[in-house]
Amino acid sequence: MQPRRIRWHIVVFLAPAVLVYTAVMIFPLFNTLRLALYSRIDQERIFVGMENFRTLFFDPIWSEQFWNALGNNFWFFIVHMLVQNPIGVALAAILSHPRLRFAALYRSAIFIPTILSFVIVGFAWKLILSPIWGIAPDMLDMVGLKSLFAPWLGKEEYALTTLALVSVWQFVGIPMMLIYAALLTIPEEILEAGEIDGITGFAAFWKIKLPLILPSIGIISILTFVGNFNAFDLIYTTQGALAGPDFSTDILGTFMYRTFFGFQLQLGDPHMGSAIAGAMFAIILVGVCIYLFGIQTRMRRYQM
Amino acid sequence: MTRNILKMALASTALVATTAYADDVTLTIESWRNDDLALWQEQIIPAFEAANPGIKVKFTPSAPAEYNAILNSKLEAGSAGDLITCRPFDASLALYDAGHLSDLSDMDAMGNFSDVAKSAWQTDDGSASFCVPMASVIHGFIYNKDAFAELGLEAPTTEAEFFAALEAFKADGNYIPMAMGTNDQWEAATMGYNNIGPNYWKGEEGRRALIAGEQKLTDEQWVAPYATLAKWADYLGDGYEAQTYPDSQNLFTLGRAAVYPAGSWEVSGFNNLADFEMGAFKPPVMNAGDTCYISDHTDIGIGMNAASPNAEAARTFLAWVGSTEFATIFANALPGFYPLSNAPVEIEDPLAKEFVSWRGECESTIRSTYQILSRGTPNLENDTWGASVAAIKGTETPEALGAKLQEGLASWYAPQQ
Repeated sequence: MQPRRIRWHIVVFLAPAVLVYTAVMIFPLFNTLRLALYSRIDQERIFVGMENFRTLFFDPIWSEQFWNALGNNFWFFIVHMLVQNPIGVALAAILSHPRLRFAALYRSAIFIPTILSFVIVGFAWKLILSPIWGIAPDMLDMVGLKSLFAPWLGKEEYALTTLALVSVWQFVGIPMMLIYAALLTIPEEILEAGEIDGITGFAAFWKIKLPLILPSIGIISILTFVGNFNAFDLIYTTQGALAGPDFSTDILGTFMYRTFFGFQLQLGDPHMGSAIAGAMFAIILVGVCIYLFGIQTRMRRYQM
Repeated sequence: MTRNILKMALASTALVATTAYADDVTLTIESWRNDDLALWQEQIIPAFEAANPGIKVKFTPSAPAEYNAILNSKLEAGSAGDLITCRPFDASLALYDAGHLSDLSDMDAMGNFSDVAKSAWQTDDGSASFCVPMASVIHGFIYNKDAFAELGLEAPTTEAEFFAALEAFKADGNYIPMAMGTNDQWEAATMGYNNIGPNYWKGEEGRRALIAGEQKLTDEQWVAPYATLAKWADYLGDGYEAQTYPDSQNLFTLGRAAVYPAGSWEVSGFNNLADFEMGAFKPPVMNAGDTCYISDHTDIGIGMNAASPNAEAARTFLAWVGSTEFATIFANALPGFYPLSNAPVEIEDPLAKEFVSWRGECESTIRSTYQILSRGTPNLENDTWGASVAAIKGTETPEALGAKLQEGLASWYAPQQ
């Protein structure tokens, strides 16, 4: 009997990806988690176990900030789920309509903000919404709605929602593209068969297309979840590390940055920062697991 | 271990690289003053290089808001420059305690500075000094002289006159009475609370009492400035809640606002932008004739990276920073930043001169939250930003703000417990 040959080519082909991924993703991830178990006391780094997490969740000074950031983060996510994804699906449905003219133009125009840097988007919107130089007050004035204008980014009650909507504006192209691609894969025959049974127009969308693109919507939801709970850039560029006004736009990313690197007179604390990063990792992991095992496995799939 | 080997390898390549360039030593300066890049490159560095052949200097600033974070990471990684521009108090003290800054107490140049000037860069017991003091900034208000003349107003000296002037501009309607926003938060604390506050808590007397635990943030003199800030809201422009720091600067230099709560660091920038005549007045006192107190804040120092391979050259540079020659170049190239050395320096810029003239009339102090009190969590300085904004917006009463700050400070600072 011949001994089984080791199939070297598998190792060789996997090696580059495994090495790079380990070096830039897996190692830093576990090292961050390890860092969260230490603390620096009198210039000495010592092992403190779960002490940092205890401080984070039970010390009122820290936990208040943590729950505030987490709550804001959920609101940020909810706005995306309620606004970005339905609009994305609607745009995709409209774009896939065969008789729509200039579809390619709209598609590109809506997708372009996605490729812009956060800094540009944040700065541009800050200028647009500026009560002093912005065009938003003037445009509202033109239609006689000046009274509706408020310095949104500076008000505790509006700032976070405003920023979430700016982020929606930037990223609505992504669900649109993914759903658009999913819609294109639906075979004509199915729609025609439906038509023969009298299902056309809106009914065709709700009864035939939507069930077929549900898996894509699931993927988009989970991408939105991961993206939102890792968000940082937009808040940092528009509101700074203190996520003003009065921490009303503070999300986990800015809270982690401020703690890890320090801010103004506050010195950086890499160990507490890592603990927050660890908590973020756990939240995202739990969210993704709920989706993968709770929702995706139960989703009905259709053979097309 | 592997890290050390890597460091040695890097260091040796760096040495090889520097020896390749004839015998010149290149010193790199870390700084947050990216606004001053041209000044360093065109005036300060050439003057030093001319006097010290063989030493080249490179000024590599980063953005002010990110400086502390960037510097800390660089020092940890061993890639920071030879000379470190020092933030006052704890940020630099922490660097010294961590062994990143060298002790400079033995330098002759240190004798050129007063104890107050050195206090911002010393250990708590004053036994070691680790940065050469470079400059301080003075707080006050800059005003549009043309606008004041138009309405026939004089620069106010008392609080009643101050609000009367603002009211006059509001009634007139051609100017925004005062240009300040709360979006970036720090202006409210730095140009608001710590600007007008020293008149209430009597400068150093109150500041030291707070550190000693003899006064509390709930005391009248620490709460009253918040009540005054609350009155500012009526005179700030429409939508001040979303107005940023650059917005305020632009509003004032475009001549659309009458008064600008300022730090003297604005002087050189404003001189280039404003085409009207500017004047400055000090924080108004309660009653005419009261002793005035100004915030004359030790703001910039410069120290040496303990890991620098060019220690000798770096010390030469620091000694030069302590000299009168440097003070003169610096003060006049950067009007609004006042050298801290004992040698008298003639300042030519009229606006900058107005600010510095208050040193003779008023008692000087520094910002109340900077020394020792912002060491713990929650951070008193950051909390003061939020509190000052809340006071202006009126979202909380001055008493509630004082109580909240006191509670935060008492949670970690023993003398206040």
